[in-house]
Amino acid sequence: MNIHEYQAKALLKGYGAPVAEGVAILKADEAEAAAKSLPGPLYVVKSQIHAGGRGKGKFKELGPDAKGGVRLAFSIDEAKAHAKEMLGNTLVTAQTGEAGKQVNRLYIEDGADIARELYCSLLVDRSVGRVAFVVSTEGGMDIEAVAHDTPEKIQTIAIDPEAGVTAADIAAISKALELDGAAGEDAKSLFPLLYKAFNEKDMALLEINPLIVMKDGHLRVLDAKMSFDGNALFRHDDVKALRDETEEDAKEIEASKWDLAYVALDGNIGCMVNGAGLAMATMDIIKLYGKEPANFCDVGGGAGKEKVAAAFKIITADPKVEGILVNIFGGIMRCDVIAEGVVAAVQEVGLKVPLVVRLEGTNVELGKKILNESGLAITAADDLDDAAKKIVAAIEA
Amino acid sequence: MSILVNKDTKVIVQGLTGKTGTFHTEQALGYYGTKMVGGVHPKKGGESWSSGVDGTALPIFTSVAEARERTGADATVIYVPPAGAADAIIEAIEAEVPFITCITEGIPVMDMVRVKARLDRSKSRLLGPNCPGILTPEECKIGIMPGSIFRKGSVGIVSRSGTLTYEAVFQTSNEGLGQTTAVGIGGDPVKGTEFIDVLEMFLADDATTSIIMIGEIGGSAEEDAAQFLKDEAKKGRSKPMAGFIAGRTAPKGRTMGHAGAVVSGGKGDAESKIAAMESAGIKVSPSPARLGKTLVEVLKG
Repeated sequence: MNIHEYQAKALLKGYGAPVAEGVAILKADEAEAAAKSLPGPLYVVKSQIHAGGRGKGKFKELGPDAKGGVRLAFSIDEAKAHAKEMLGNTLVTAQTGEAGKQVNRLYIEDGADIARELYCSLLVDRSVGRVAFVVSTEGGMDIEAVAHDTPEKIQTIAIDPEAGVTAADIAAISKALELDGAAGEDAKSLFPLLYKAFNEKDMALLEINPLIVMKDGHLRVLDAKMSFDGNALFRHDDVKALRDETEEDAKEIEASKWDLAYVALDGNIGCMVNGAGLAMATMDIIKLYGKEPANFCDVGGGAGKEKVAAAFKIITADPKVEGILVNIFGGIMRCDVIAEGVVAAVQEVGLKVPLVVRLEGTNVELGKKILNESGLAITAADDLDDAAKKIVAAIEA
Repeated sequence: MSILVNKDTKVIVQGLTGKTGTFHTEQALGYYGTKMVGGVHPKKGGESWSSGVDGTALPIFTSVAEARERTGADATVIYVPPAGAADAIIEAIEAEVPFITCITEGIPVMDMVRVKARLDRSKSRLLGPNCPGILTPEECKIGIMPGSIFRKGSVGIVSRSGTLTYEAVFQTSNEGLGQTTAVGIGGDPVKGTEFIDVLEMFLADDATTSIIMIGEIGGSAEEDAAQFLKDEAKKGRSKPMAGFIAGRTAPKGRTMGHAGAVVSGGKGDAESKIAAMESAGIKVSPSPARLGKTLVEVLKG
């Protein structure tokens, strides 16, 4: 689960991190009061969307010469003018795709005098199974480009979970970021508190890009991107409350209510599969036969008939879907449960597109029997290859 | 031969009394009499569990330590729900169970970071979490793999994906090759057993004469495994291999079901994994439906 920059900063501020003062607004006429509450005279007006590359992004409605999604304002009036121009318009960045994202929230922040821009992120380094700081002196730019062009400028410092962030770790991070003086002192509290926040809130990613050294020598968190481990949300009601559903696909929201792993895609073959690997492989084989999947959907192992039916309904409700492929290799999931769920969903919402079902594994005979006896127009497939061929042929027919 | 588990492996179940634990323990007992020897439940110690299939009764113990002491179990399988699963694994580590399999899906990653630190200081091996388990045909089934698709044979199978493990098993059975052991290492980013661990065991196992390795997007475990295989090949240790990588068509930055299956920061995409595996001599099938046939082609040379 992702949250907005202003929410991430508020969370970090609660842990004592140095962040600028700022106010989030939903309407343009709130801009004046927001700016007035800040020290000034420099303000930054930042689009709050769940995607990066905002500064270089362009607003669809404003033409190519208009400023991007993060703007400097040198007066309260200018901040007001920016807010009016940005709110409600669609920001297209390198990460949003062509459709872009509507800007519904702005964050107006006190400006900072920047001396140096650094990169700092925390994530779980799976090669060692530990939380690691990934740091670079090349902040403020696309870290993937840095990783590609100058990988030696990125350093990874993994933290022993039983020792926490030690003095040696802080020294290593500070050295990598070339921090000294006031910044070196700030580092002693900043890095441990970032680690603490990451752990306590079960984050999946905390990315500060840039972390800045200001002209007065101190560190400040200038941008913050935060995402959380969906599997740990059950113990963080405060984090759950930060979810902004307007940033998410409606089908994905519905799927999440049923605890389904569902990702909306652009193609026209709907997929319902058990197991993430098989679900990805099913997408891959559809593509191999020249078509595109409409979604990724893993109904998981322990799904009951109701959950299967819910998944099927979400897939059929997608207007792009011209055919559906159900691919089940039952292990923990029983084929009879899948069959019952599919039959129940079809009886409720009908079936307007071709449906190919491939069942194998636990209770396969029982599953096939349920489908056969349902009298529904279901094409049975023998294996994955056969299933992919049949659904592609069906939508081309 | 086989790896990790065989007909003598004695298995206890943490989470036996739940619906999932019960179903899969019944299945395991029905699979060539896998030696399931007891269950663990902190409040139901002294009671007994009985199979709804044939009435087989298993004793329930209060703790893993007690279960291990009383049954001589050398393996445990965990079906405990996500919130308590990490503690269940740690209990098994502390009871010094040599081989721990955790089936549970959805354990918070930070919990697994804690488990991993504890595991690294122990003698236990953990398989999983979020995995289908392990099966040695006609001898021992730990976890949730469907036994009916297996056939005793010569292929070692290792996979990050549960259901794709079944595909590989099914296809190698249909090709008449069969399996020595199939191992699902699981789809989480932090886990107990990696590809390299299993590949090392398959290389050392005489009965395993070929290997299928199934990876997916995210992380660099496949690349690490490819490097390991290259290094071993230089020492004269190699076996014919086929492989598959799931997620060629997955969009960047989106987690595809498995917590570990995400292409992020320009790392972990399918193409780089396929290239690494091919460079280590693995024939990577473009289709998940052609795993068995691809291996047969490799074996024909």
